[in-house]
Amino acid sequence: MSLSTETQSQAASTKSFGGMQARSEAALNDARIAIRNLDFFYADNRALKGINLDLPDRQVTGMIGPSGCGKSTLLRVLNRMYSLYSGQRATGEVMMDGENIISDSVDLNTLRAKVGMVFQKPTPFPMTIYENIAFGIRLHEKLSKSEMGERIEWALTRAALWNEVKDRLDRSALGLSGGQQQRLCIARTIAVRPEVILFDEPTSALDPISTLKIEELIDELKRDFTIAIVTHNMQQAARCADQVAFFYLGELIEVAPAAQLFTAPKHPKTQEYITGRFG
Amino acid sequence: MASASAAPPQVASRRSSSFGDKVFALVCQAAGIFVLILLGALIIELFIAGLPAFRAFGIAFVTSTDWDPVQELFGAGVSIYGTIVTAILAIILAVPLAFGVAFFLTELAPPWMRRPVGTAIELLAAVPSIIYGMWGFFVIAPAFAQHLQPWIIDNIGELPLIGFLFQGPPFGTGLFTAAFILAIMVLPFIAATMRDVFEQVPPVYKESAYGLGATTWEVMKGVVIPYTRISVVGGIMLGLGRALGETMAVTFVIGNANRITSSLFGPGNTIASLIALEFGESEIGSLKLASLLALGFILFVLSFAVLATSRYLLRSRLKV
Amino acid sequence: MSLALSSISHPGPRKDAAMAARLGASRKRADRIIRTLCLAATVLGLVLLASILITLFYRGFEAMSLRVFTHVTAPPGSEGGLLNAIVGSLIQSLIGTAIGTPIGMLVGTYLAEYAKNSWLGNAVRFVSDILLSAPSILIGLFVYQILVLPFGGFSGWAGIAALAIIVIPIVVRTTEDMLQLIPNTLREAVVGLGAPKWKMIILICWRAALAGIITGVLLAVARVAGETAPLLFTSLGNNAWSTDLSKPMSSLPVTIYSFAGSPFEDWIALAWAGALLITLGVLALNILARTLLRSRI
Repeated sequence: MSLSTETQSQAASTKSFGGMQARSEAALNDARIAIRNLDFFYADNRALKGINLDLPDRQVTGMIGPSGCGKSTLLRVLNRMYSLYSGQRATGEVMMDGENIISDSVDLNTLRAKVGMVFQKPTPFPMTIYENIAFGIRLHEKLSKSEMGERIEWALTRAALWNEVKDRLDRSALGLSGGQQQRLCIARTIAVRPEVILFDEPTSALDPISTLKIEELIDELKRDFTIAIVTHNMQQAARCADQVAFFYLGELIEVAPAAQLFTAPKHPKTQEYITGRFG
Repeated sequence: MASASAAPPQVASRRSSSFGDKVFALVCQAAGIFVLILLGALIIELFIAGLPAFRAFGIAFVTSTDWDPVQELFGAGVSIYGTIVTAILAIILAVPLAFGVAFFLTELAPPWMRRPVGTAIELLAAVPSIIYGMWGFFVIAPAFAQHLQPWIIDNIGELPLIGFLFQGPPFGTGLFTAAFILAIMVLPFIAATMRDVFEQVPPVYKESAYGLGATTWEVMKGVVIPYTRISVVGGIMLGLGRALGETMAVTFVIGNANRITSSLFGPGNTIASLIALEFGESEIGSLKLASLLALGFILFVLSFAVLATSRYLLRSRLKV
Repeated sequence: MSLALSSISHPGPRKDAAMAARLGASRKRADRIIRTLCLAATVLGLVLLASILITLFYRGFEAMSLRVFTHVTAPPGSEGGLLNAIVGSLIQSLIGTAIGTPIGMLVGTYLAEYAKNSWLGNAVRFVSDILLSAPSILIGLFVYQILVLPFGGFSGWAGIAALAIIVIPIVVRTTEDMLQLIPNTLREAVVGLGAPKWKMIILICWRAALAGIITGVLLAVARVAGETAPLLFTSLGNNAWSTDLSKPMSSLPVTIYSFAGSPFEDWIALAWAGALLITLGVLALNILARTLLRSRI
């Protein structure tokens, strides 16, 4: 995979920092999702404190930070997953398409069709590969058999899985390898045609080769989708993300284009974290 | 362990402790074998006791619908029919209710409500069978006779194909009422199994489905049920096994008639109710008593098959 | 990168918002309907429980008096109570539980500590689970065959034996479950001190599992106290005062059964009084058992 380089003065090429290659696209697109003054509470525990962050359209935002820093919590705000659990609430603004998605009036099913999510562990449903993909599509669209077939092929192709499974769509998804299962989950998510995809440590349960495939896939998917990825792995953030946000104890410490954050962090905490002094 | 410092008393105590270990292990094992023998003896005793009836009537004992103490003609047909019809009808009534309760308590109810309501539903299983019998006889049967059954007979009894199941006079007692009482009795068992297995579905799978924009019901239908279907069927079989052998509640409301009527509102008998009702009037050594015991053997075979299947289906859950 | 992009291009964002909205509305309607039905099923369950309890209180209190506890059962029309039935039930349930509990505990211990995965252990576990749900009337018939017929007739002992057989699998289940909750590190710590296995089990494991086992025993008492069918063929019932276990013995459920099925108003009233007593006792034991278990975990 070749890192594309853009003509930006401050980071003209890939730079090495702490053994990491950070991508250098510093030009960030307009915000697809704009987060303003977001607080999040688990009962009385304030897990996110006054977050302000833009997710640039059709680019990748990496979220890093030590365990419990709030990065996964933020992800679960963006598709309102937290609403499944009583006692969890968010205040502030998360604007998408002119709508504050954390307001009570938002239609959660429609929101989640627009904001898909891929989880840490692969979560294939106990049904055939075909049915796994069709499950989400059927929720939102009525397709003819041939349209459905096309859509499933498209989704599996985009998830770089089509060639491996095209002859066994009617077999159980549970028979796939871990990496294949995760790509199936990605295909299932994009089959619904979301606008934003959230990845919650999508490779932490996978081997290095599967991890590399997923990372390539994310790079490919951002042509069409706005992506947010939570990761423990700073190399991964450096490889995948256009913009990186560093969280610590529920606060957004620093957000910057990837190259800039990894090469010239402004905040001493960020510096400490990316050089591996804690976390 | 056998170091140089090992003094004789220690050796002795070690010996006695390993002796103690052997004795205790043997006692435990003997208790286990005792349980095996218990069930084995139960099967054999019932079979031997019923043997005169099997000898007298042969395989026809199972299919014959005669039950005529005067002519000493006995057949299990009517009570097997009643047993199976009431049990299956009970399951048909109980499963949707149990699913509703389990779904409500695992996914829909606010957390503070789950424990008290769950306990109340489980208490339905604690109420003794005889209480269900009295309640069924004095409360449910009159209510059915006056309200539910006349309405069903007027509205459904006229329908083609299924109408014949709901015809005849509204006695209040009969197969339908027995099945209704049985349904309430097995409801908590089925609901408890469903709750258990629904709760074992990892949240991240449910979140995956929610993440695609599914509603709670679609998550249940699309993910939770496919995940748990084997155990759910196991729970249903457990309920069926219990319904087959339930005695006192059925005895009160079954109507005690030794004939097969096509209507579910008609009276009938189950194996267990027939044994409970007729046992007192049977003389020791009589063919009637042997026939009742043979019925007991048949009931045992039926419920054993169902319960063993249930346990097989629930094995993965049991291992967790 | 080997991502062979197919000729199918990205269909783009939802072009068919109208259809998605229509579908969404009907999906939400289905969800609401199902939710309502589930709530209704739960409410129905609670209403049925309430109906049983209200009927029992209403009819039972009418018939309740001190006489119920001071007089033995009597022919219809004369002043009778349920004293012999209450005492008979207590005797049979308690002795039956007292006999069944140690056997059940040993079997449960065998399954949890000695035979986790052996074929014999699996067989015992299977048989015990079958006994747990097997029709209790068959246990009555079985005891009738092995204790009543050969030993000269119906007796309290036969009733006790039938109830003990019902108790065993209940105690087996809870004992095994509770022992399995004990972490292996605790066992290793005890054995590491040089204690023999049997001492470890009796002094440590049983003690750690005590609350759970007591819960099981309470549930077992509650279960057998309400059992009717197995007693019909074993202790039969006795209208006179008797604590002689070798004679037929009265019990509440059997008395309720014969009184409730009789045509006599005063007998039926007594049956309701007995039904209220037994249900309150059984439900109280159940709630006690649950509270006990919850306070420990």
